[in-house]
Amino acid sequence: MSVRVYVPGDSAACSVGADEVAARITEVAAAEGVTVEVIRNGSRGMLWLEPFVEVQTPAGRVGYGPVAPGDVEALIDSGMLEGVSHALGHGLVDEIPWLARQHRVSFARVGLADPLDMDDFRRLGGLIGLRRALAIPVEEVAADILASGLRGRGGAGFPAGIKWRTVLEAPGDTKYVCCNADEGDSGTFADRMLMEGDPFTLLEGMTIAGTTVGASIGLIYVRSEYPAAIRTLRTAVDIARVDGWLGPDVLGSGRSFDVRIVEGAGSYVCGEETAMLESLEGKRGMVRPKPPIPALQGLFGHPTLVHNVLTLSAVPAILADGAAAYQGLGVDRSRGTQVFQLAGNIARGGIVELAFGVSLRELVEDFGGATFSGRPIRAVQVGGPLGAYLPEHALDVAMDYEALAAAGGMLGHGGVVVFDDTVDMAAQARFAMEFCAVESCGKCTPCRIGSTRGVEVIDKITAGIDPERNLVLLEELCETMTDGSLCAMGGLTPLPVRSAVAHFGEDFHPSTNGQGKR
Amino acid sequence: MRKVSGQMTAASAIRVLEALPTHERLILPCLQAIQHAFGFVPEETVDVVAGFLNVSRAEVVGVLTYYHDLRRMPPPAVVVGVCVAEACQASGVRSLIEQIEHDFGVRLGAGTGSGPVEFAKVYCLGNCALGPAIMVNGRLVGRCDIGRVRAAVVDAQVVPR
Repeated sequence: MSVRVYVPGDSAACSVGADEVAARITEVAAAEGVTVEVIRNGSRGMLWLEPFVEVQTPAGRVGYGPVAPGDVEALIDSGMLEGVSHALGHGLVDEIPWLARQHRVSFARVGLADPLDMDDFRRLGGLIGLRRALAIPVEEVAADILASGLRGRGGAGFPAGIKWRTVLEAPGDTKYVCCNADEGDSGTFADRMLMEGDPFTLLEGMTIAGTTVGASIGLIYVRSEYPAAIRTLRTAVDIARVDGWLGPDVLGSGRSFDVRIVEGAGSYVCGEETAMLESLEGKRGMVRPKPPIPALQGLFGHPTLVHNVLTLSAVPAILADGAAAYQGLGVDRSRGTQVFQLAGNIARGGIVELAFGVSLRELVEDFGGATFSGRPIRAVQVGGPLGAYLPEHALDVAMDYEALAAAGGMLGHGGVVVFDDTVDMAAQARFAMEFCAVESCGKCTPCRIGSTRGVEVIDKITAGIDPERNLVLLEELCETMTDGSLCAMGGLTPLPVRSAVAHFGEDFHPSTNGQGKR
Repeated sequence: MRKVSGQMTAASAIRVLEALPTHERLILPCLQAIQHAFGFVPEETVDVVAGFLNVSRAEVVGVLTYYHDLRRMPPPAVVVGVCVAEACQASGVRSLIEQIEHDFGVRLGAGTGSGPVEFAKVYCLGNCALGPAIMVNGRLVGRCDIGRVRAAVVDAQVVPR
């Protein structure tokens, strides 16, 4: 009788020793004459507990973490393989409140099984959505997506169903589905964890999209910083082809759809959809003016459905469980769930998938457990490098598209980065401009030149050179970038800068010499 | 001697390009394939790519100089990407960088100098809850302090790429 043990193969888990822990478990168990079957699952998303080891027991899976390679022998000696409790133990994994309080839809399967085991994927509900989509008229599938209220999870929040209908109705024999997996926002890692932890769900969502809008090729543009995700996806595509749900005859429907994995080459702005399309065409990642919209003239000029990883990964559940179930979650115009990512200086960082409407404070304090350093929270940046810095007293804002916009921020890709009271907000504002200068594609002047001028103006302010007038100049520069840039890169860089000035003005005062309050 | 090796490079570059499927016969995938084969994009292969795709040399150089990943010189034995983005800043990467620069005698983002290890700035490795994060020859390392950075560099020097 062999004991089944799960040790995540996710790259975040491996970055803190999961490979060594897995090897050590096999070694120690063998020495003690116990047969173990070590399964490398995706991560449950409780990243502060990684490497998080789970043991299958008759009562369910029991978790231990964070486990260091040096802990393994003592853990096994004290009965870990029978699920005995221990100082590093967390009891039954399904009953851990941090997980039990979540509402997982897109991440429902992540962490449950070997991500590349097709039998497990079916057993856990895979391909039900695709089968249903293939059984009903394509117009009905697009109508379901619209009725679900699903909006683009990449940041812009455009209603997905309208995009589907536009591409479906666009004239032309050649159409594409492009999945944007160029997850470059600091503080976000949900795309990576889904691609590594449940790649079949993404492929199923793309296949539903492709067979609905009439595309026969799908491309996933993955950033080169994610080598493990690229490997996993390539293997998953091969398996799905052999299994008959990718290729010339998707599940015997007579419809053809195949997926290619394309590796990026290090460029943040290629996460902007038109720059991504240029890059997929092998060119410099320069932003295209819109119109024409990609839904009508996208990749190589053909109608193209462009979606983020999380948008496409929500699709199978919408088809399987019905649009109404998804639409029933959330608030106002933000329907369904959002995969929040708790990051930065946070005690319990990781993946929290919940219906829209949860407050930022609940995420950061209840789930996140406040700062890792133990110091007071001073600022929280929501929505990546182009998102606003919110002060501690603003944390009661509800996490939905409109409420965040009303509070002067944006949801972006759902990243939440916590800073403690040692942060220097003038330095953070300067970094926002510096990052824009490094990553600007250079096509429009406000972004290309404005970002460099922004760094210089902030340097003058913190050096005490005519700070009053330079703050006015910085505000005017931000206005020019916001109104005059071609895409969100230059257009939203002022968001972190302006919010830092508005909420943390004392850091820009020369008497503090840009050092913030300590 | 140099000319002969340049011709050999060009000849093997053509073989690399001819092995590509039709849908990868675009500038960026061609340059990525060459970098994969040679470790970098040698100067003499630029004309090869331009000729192969029937595009101008300027278009190829434009793509080559646009993307951070593409290298025009051979890479050092160990490349360490240090994440300098917001989540790692919140986790203390600014002081880690000072220690790295002091200990290894390098400037982040300024190439290798004379040493065998290059420290480069990268913007997010997707390990934002376990920062500071670095990537050493493709291997992700989380919760870094200077000791973990040193150990990862030593490991990378032992294991060939």
